[in-house]
Amino acid sequence: MSALLEVEGLTKRFGGVTAVSDCSFGVPEGSLTALVGPNGSGKTTAFNLITGYMRADAGAIAFAGARVRRPDPVTLARRGLSRTFQQARIFPDLTLVENMVAAIQQPWYAAFRRSIRTPERERALGLLDEFGLARLAGDRARTLSYGQKKLLEFATVLMGEPRLVLLDEPTAGVNPVLVEQIEQRVRELNARGLTFLLVEHNMNLVMRLCDPVVVLDHGTKLAEGPPSLVRDDPRVLDAYLGG
Amino acid sequence: MTRATGFGLARGAAFAGAAVAFPFVFTPAWIVNIGVLTLMYAALATAWNLFSGYTGYITLGQAAFFGLGAYTLGITFEHVGIGSGYNPFYALPLVGAGVALASLPVAWIALRTRQMTFAIVTLTLLFIVQQLAFNLHSLTKGSTGLMLPTPRFPIDSYDRPFYLAMLAILLVALGLCWLIMRSKLGLTLLAIREDEEKARGLGIRVTSAKLVAWSLMVWLSAMVGGVWAYYLTFIYPESSVDPLVMIGAVLMTFLGGRGTLWGPAVGALVLVPAQQYMITRLGASEFYLVGYSAVFMVVLLLLPRGILPSLRDALDSWRERRRTHGSKPVVHGEVRA
Repeated sequence: MSALLEVEGLTKRFGGVTAVSDCSFGVPEGSLTALVGPNGSGKTTAFNLITGYMRADAGAIAFAGARVRRPDPVTLARRGLSRTFQQARIFPDLTLVENMVAAIQQPWYAAFRRSIRTPERERALGLLDEFGLARLAGDRARTLSYGQKKLLEFATVLMGEPRLVLLDEPTAGVNPVLVEQIEQRVRELNARGLTFLLVEHNMNLVMRLCDPVVVLDHGTKLAEGPPSLVRDDPRVLDAYLGG
Repeated sequence: MTRATGFGLARGAAFAGAAVAFPFVFTPAWIVNIGVLTLMYAALATAWNLFSGYTGYITLGQAAFFGLGAYTLGITFEHVGIGSGYNPFYALPLVGAGVALASLPVAWIALRTRQMTFAIVTLTLLFIVQQLAFNLHSLTKGSTGLMLPTPRFPIDSYDRPFYLAMLAILLVALGLCWLIMRSKLGLTLLAIREDEEKARGLGIRVTSAKLVAWSLMVWLSAMVGGVWAYYLTFIYPESSVDPLVMIGAVLMTFLGGRGTLWGPAVGALVLVPAQQYMITRLGASEFYLVGYSAVFMVVLLLLPRGILPSLRDALDSWRERRRTHGSKPVVHGEVRA
């Protein structure tokens, strides 16, 4: 397995605090990789560095075999690396269909085309149907429940046809039924060849869903490997329980 | 064509027809003069709304481009023979395009800031342009002011060409807004207003979309400034780069309904005649400003989200009430069955 995303020596300092320190790991193509670690271990910062929302102090990122010199969310998304946010972020005043269609990456000359064309609407409705949101398609996104917003955010990211999706705590604050639905979606999409990198606190979910698992503590990689190995690693247990 | 589109087009055509007919029906100069001012503010507010209403980036620098348009036309008159009569009007799109092009590098830098910072940065732009107008003496004649040639329009309908020119710009502005809101660009602008960071994460090219909306706003504002300068035939820094013009355009947009197609024009239609009435009533004293703000406060108290959105909400809830009321017997029937 070759790595779709390669992170090497990633470092980010906030004043005197080193949030991410010389962190290296890879996300193999077609994998469901998890990034776990205690609170404050630098997972979300690592996400922000990889997706270009923050500038790293040091380190290199390679996506699909090419070095990313200046990570920038727009170019990365257009190259196939998309993310969701910890707090579901959607466009609240737009309808679900508009949210979905806005997420399709358009060439510049399409700017003056009709905002929602028929094939785009159909694709959006199809995907909304997979996520169980089709009957709400015409509603404004702000009327959704928190869990539904998470589903919608996940669905919008897929409209851009990414190769790698970074999910930032996809199940946090979501009821168990929706957790199951999200897990189901992730499995299906992964089976169709989509690669995932998850930050997740729900350890049961990580253990049954992900392989490999990367453990961060104090911004550095503590362990990396199959879930069973990582779970029994004494350093990991120490990081989580020892404090 | 859907029914809603047809209805929208019909409404637009009706407005355009009535507005064109107005100065031919009401011929007294003072009425047409108020018409020119109303259309001027309606066009400015619509242009402001095209950028700030749709992207959420509140600019307070629009009057700078209004002034740049006025001065560009004035300076062009000085150095190039662009004729008299109607001819200068035809040069306006070019004048506007020049100002828009010149504003792009500034916009590119200013758009790196957000929210309050963006508002303040663009506000300083207004004062910088005013200072330049004062101090670039060789071009603008500073505080002495710049004279433009007086066109030889017939005296009893002197205001009418200016009225029609302002109307043309307003119609272009409304047409652009309408087109944009139906296009992918419109969807992108709304996405930026809702959550720009999220939009970036989806691969939406936010900067180019903002710059397109910005340059359209500048283009329209500069053209309005050009017509205004030609109308007054005399411009000086305080009047052509006037914070009050800026505040007027923003207030009217908020009054009518930000982010709606007709809101800014409706706001201008309410506020400008009210303002002109106060000026004649309360004389040249600054008391008219008090009356002006009173009108604004009353509307905001009664219709806090602006005239059009508040009316739309009221209409929606009325329809909803009627619908639920009408369907009640059916519900009862189902319960019994």
